[in-house]
Order: sequence, then structure tokens, then C-alpha cells
Amino acid sequence: MSVDAGFLIEALIKIIIVFHVVLIILAYTVLAERRVLAVIQNRLGPNRVGTFGLLQPFADLLKFIMKEDLIPMAVNKYLYLLAPIVTLVPAFMVMIVYPFGPTVRIPYFGQVDLYVTRLNIGLLFVFALTSLGVYGIVLAGWASNSKYSLLGGLRSSAQMVSYELSLSLSVIGAVMQSGSLDLVEIVKNQSGAWGMGWHLFWFQPIGFAVYLISAIAETNRVPFDLPEAETELVAGFHTEYSAMKFAMFFLAEYANMFTVSVIATVLFLGGWNGPFVEQLPWLGLVYFFAKVFFFLFLYIWLRATLPRFRYDQLMNFGWKFLLPVALLNIVISAAIGVLTF
Amino acid sequence: MEILFFLFGAIAVVAALNVILQRNPIYSAIGLIVTLCSLAGLFLTLSAQFIAAIQIIVYAGAIMVLFVFTIMLLNVRSEESKVDRQKFLRWLAVPLFLALLGEVYYVVRTVNNPPLQIPATGAAPPAEILGTVESIGREMFTSYLLPFEATSVLILMAIVGAMLLARREKEVDAAKRQAPTAEPEEETVAIGPGH
Amino acid sequence: MIPLSWYLALSAVIFTIGVVGVVVQRNVIALFMCVELMLNAVNLTLVAFSRYFVNPTGQLFVFIVMAVAAAEAAVGLAIIISLFRSRETLNIDEADLLKL
Repeated sequence: MSVDAGFLIEALIKIIIVFHVVLIILAYTVLAERRVLAVIQNRLGPNRVGTFGLLQPFADLLKFIMKEDLIPMAVNKYLYLLAPIVTLVPAFMVMIVYPFGPTVRIPYFGQVDLYVTRLNIGLLFVFALTSLGVYGIVLAGWASNSKYSLLGGLRSSAQMVSYELSLSLSVIGAVMQSGSLDLVEIVKNQSGAWGMGWHLFWFQPIGFAVYLISAIAETNRVPFDLPEAETELVAGFHTEYSAMKFAMFFLAEYANMFTVSVIATVLFLGGWNGPFVEQLPWLGLVYFFAKVFFFLFLYIWLRATLPRFRYDQLMNFGWKFLLPVALLNIVISAAIGVLTF
Repeated sequence: MEILFFLFGAIAVVAALNVILQRNPIYSAIGLIVTLCSLAGLFLTLSAQFIAAIQIIVYAGAIMVLFVFTIMLLNVRSEESKVDRQKFLRWLAVPLFLALLGEVYYVVRTVNNPPLQIPATGAAPPAEILGTVESIGREMFTSYLLPFEATSVLILMAIVGAMLLARREKEVDAAKRQAPTAEPEEETVAIGPGH
Repeated sequence: MIPLSWYLALSAVIFTIGVVGVVVQRNVIALFMCVELMLNAVNLTLVAFSRYFVNPTGQLFVFIVMAVAAAEAAVGLAIIISLFRSRETLNIDEADLLKL
């Protein structure tokens, strides 16, 4: 395959745009979480900095940068500094396969695909990088050389590894139906029925439910956030971290949430599909972000509403209930696929 | 294209040396993870995309997590052995290693004829569908169905074996032995380690 | 264009590093990791040949080897854990008697 300068420059520009857009979305997701949590809990959130608190992320960023960067004495320095990097880099690397929208026409550049690249193993790429994110947590727990961190790190990573199984199995139904692991291909497969032929309605409701539950457990969010809840283990694996390193863990968690929401919309909610997308391709971008924001809102809503699982309840649920249901979903999807062929 | 091979190859070799030369087992495990990831990169240069992804998901993302858990649970530090009975092996290993490297170099130099080169990517049409899930899946579920089923039985055996081997037999019996003395008003002393 | 022999040479080097590790290492877990290193070197050879002959059977073999390596890692680590429980040390020189 010829790699010429035009291809590289286009890819570079897309990467820069995607990176900045997603980073801004993540920063405002943090603010949105605090505001939405506040409204649900019948109080106001941060609304001092800028109108409606819209400049709050910049204030937080300043705070994180200005804070003193402590390295406790008893930690394993090398691993302590490596762990946030290992958590953050895979979380951001995944962005290159997000299918933001269909092919649009930009006046000066011609036809432009609204995704950075298109891998024919796109979904496996996402899962591979999610599996690598486990190491950041494990290493953070170990390097901090404290009981709480180690326990929190081990519990958190054991939970992530257990729920990775049902996560990977739950998407197989949607993959079987589209016949490809390429995210763009999966989205294009859901464009029937005037843009509403989503996998959620076309035979994958169980898969969707299992995926959502596994994904919430995978990203260590409520109701599965025992390893890092403040009331349980101080702060779990990131107890000993402060300032910018903590910000990296924080950002990586929200980036994982974003990834999970994107994959959920791509696999089950049709990605950029919706009414009138063929006539007006830019509408696909709007639909995509609307769906992703819906999932982020769902995350925040769950955090405000549900209590958290105990650790053994969590592991029981993952292994003894979710895994068989995911396997059952594969069997049912295969049967439906054969019967409707 | 050669740059990728040299880059990933150099990282793989350096990380592999790290595995055997580090004292602390956690650093060895990290070295192995880096080796696995650079091998996945090499698989990508060989048009084996599925295998590269599977390498990271299974090997670097699951098996190595198992290793790291074990190292952390057993709280292994870098310990100097009190009785190092086979120190002479270390002095023997390095010259033999260099000898093998010399042999590899000799083989590469004499057998490096143009006819043995890998066909350029994209030159032969079958190469484009070589690494895809479809080609592997087709082979696996038609001609090689028996190894696939045998592998699933093997994994089942491994699950049962691992659970059985790592079970805490002695602690359970010790707890049963201690229970009668701890709560004398509830259980009679007759309940002992008889079972 | 990269000659096939370069991939084979790299695989041989990694395999040799693994063998040296198995011989020299005293820590049981590090020894086991060197065995995994050897398995990976062989995987590289298989994939290189699969690319050279444009035959997916080599990659299928690698898939099966990875599944076997996973099973072996699980059982091996379970054995190591029970070994550790009875001897309280991970030095393989201490495990030289058949009886405890």
C-alpha cells in the first residue's frame, strides 16, 4: 500500500482535530457530571466560574497543574510514574477508529470520511487497548506500596478482567449480524428501515443489555465502583496520587466511558444512522453525538441513583449470570441468523 | 517497511533481555509485556492482523495479568538465593548464547538468496485476505475442526486443574479445627477434624 | 521487502534468550516467563512462514498455540502457588526433593 504525503497529512489533521474535540468533550463531561448529579440530588452544582459554570474545566485544569507534585517516599518510583501513562495512552489511542459520521463533502477538500482510519479488525483493536488499560491500575496499586492501594488495584483489575469476558462475548451477536469487525461496516449494516434498522431492535436487545452492564463494570463506575469508592478503600488504587498524575487517571476513566459509549452506539444504536442521513450527511454527525451523549448521561444518572455492589456480589454476578447470558445471546443470534437467511 | 521491522525487532530483543536480566520479577513481567506488544507489531508487518490483535488481547492482556497477579499476591521481592548451587551455569550461558548468535548470523548470510524473500504486500491478491478473521475462521471450522474442539476440552481441563491446585485445603481444615474452641457454647467438642 | 530469514533470525534470537533465561533464572515465576518467551518466538516463526507461503494454516496454528499457552499458564501458576504455600520460597533451587 502506498503511503504518500497527502495521506499522512490528512491523517495527521484528522488526528489533531479528533483529539482536541474528544478532549474538550471529556472536560465538559466532568462538569456535566457534577451539574447533573447536583440537579438530581436537588442542589446546584458548580456555577460560579463563568456563566452556568462553563469555565469550570479550565479552573480544574489550572488547579491540577498548579498543585504540588508529590512522590511519596516509599513508592517504587519507576512503576509509580509509569502507571498513569499506561492507563492514559491506550484510553486515547482508541480514538482513531471511532466512526463519527458518513462521508461528507467539505467544499475545499472534496469527499472526506468522518473517521480517522478504518481497520478491518476495528473492534478487536478497541478490546486490545482496553485490556492493556488494566495494567495501569495494577501497577498503580502495586507501586504505591500501601495496603489500600494494593487491595484496590487488585480488586479493580480482577473485576475488569472478569467483565472483559462478557463484554467481548456480548458483541459477537452484533458482529455476526454485520459480518465484519470493522466499525464502519457495522454502522453501514444498520442503515436499513429509513435509518432506524439498528441492532438494538433487530434481534440484539439481550446483547445490548449485557454489553451495557459489562461496560459499566469495565470502566469501574457505579454500581460497580467498589474498588475506588471513597467510602470503602480510601480511594483505591489512586490513593497515593496527586495533581497531574491523578488528573491522568481521572481523564483515562472518562475516556474509557466515552469509548464504551461510542462502541455502544456503533454496535447497537446504529452509529450515525437515523432518518434523512443519506440526504444530509452532516446530520449523521449530530445523531452520533446525540447518542453518545445519551450514554454519558445514562452513566451519570446511574451514578446518582444506584447503590454499589459488594465485591463478592459483583464477581458472582459477572461470572455466574452475565457470562452464561452472553453465551446464550450468541446462540440465539446465530439461530435467528440462520432462520432468517 | 524495514524500519518497522528493525524498530519492533530491536524493542523485542531488548525487552527479552530485560526479562532474563532483571532481579525484580515485576520488572521481568513488564519486559515480557513489552516483548509481546512488539511481537504483535511484527505480526502486523506480516499481514497477520487478527493474530496481532489476539496476541494483545489474550497474551498481553490476560495471561500476563495472571502472571502479575501471582507475583503481587505472593509478594515476591527480588531475593538473592542463599544457596546458589549452579552459579557456573551463568558463566557457561553467555558464551553459548554468543555461539548460537554466530550460527544464526552464518545461516542468515548463506541462505539469504533473493528467491526466499517474502512477496511484497499487495503484489499477490491472496495476501490481502491472508490475515483476516474470515480466512482463519473458514480454515478452523472446516478442515481443522478437531483441533478447535480439542482446544476447548483442554481449556476446560485447565480451568478444573487450576482451581483444584490453588485451593486452600489446609486453611479450611485448620479453621474447622479451631471452631470448636472458639465457640464452645454452640458446638460440642465432638466436631473435630474427624472429617 | 524483508527476507524471510530475517524474521527467522529474530525468532531464533528471542528463542535463545528464552532458553538462557530458563537455564539461568532462579525465580520460578521468571523461569515460567522465559518459557512463554520461547513460545512466542515460535509463534513468530509460524506467522512468518504463513506469510511467505500465503497460507492461513500457519496463523491458525498460532491461534491454537496461544490457547494452549493460556491453559498452560493457568495450570503452571496454580502449581507455583501451591509450591509457594508449602515451601515459602520461590527459589527453584529449594525445590529439589521429591518429598516435602
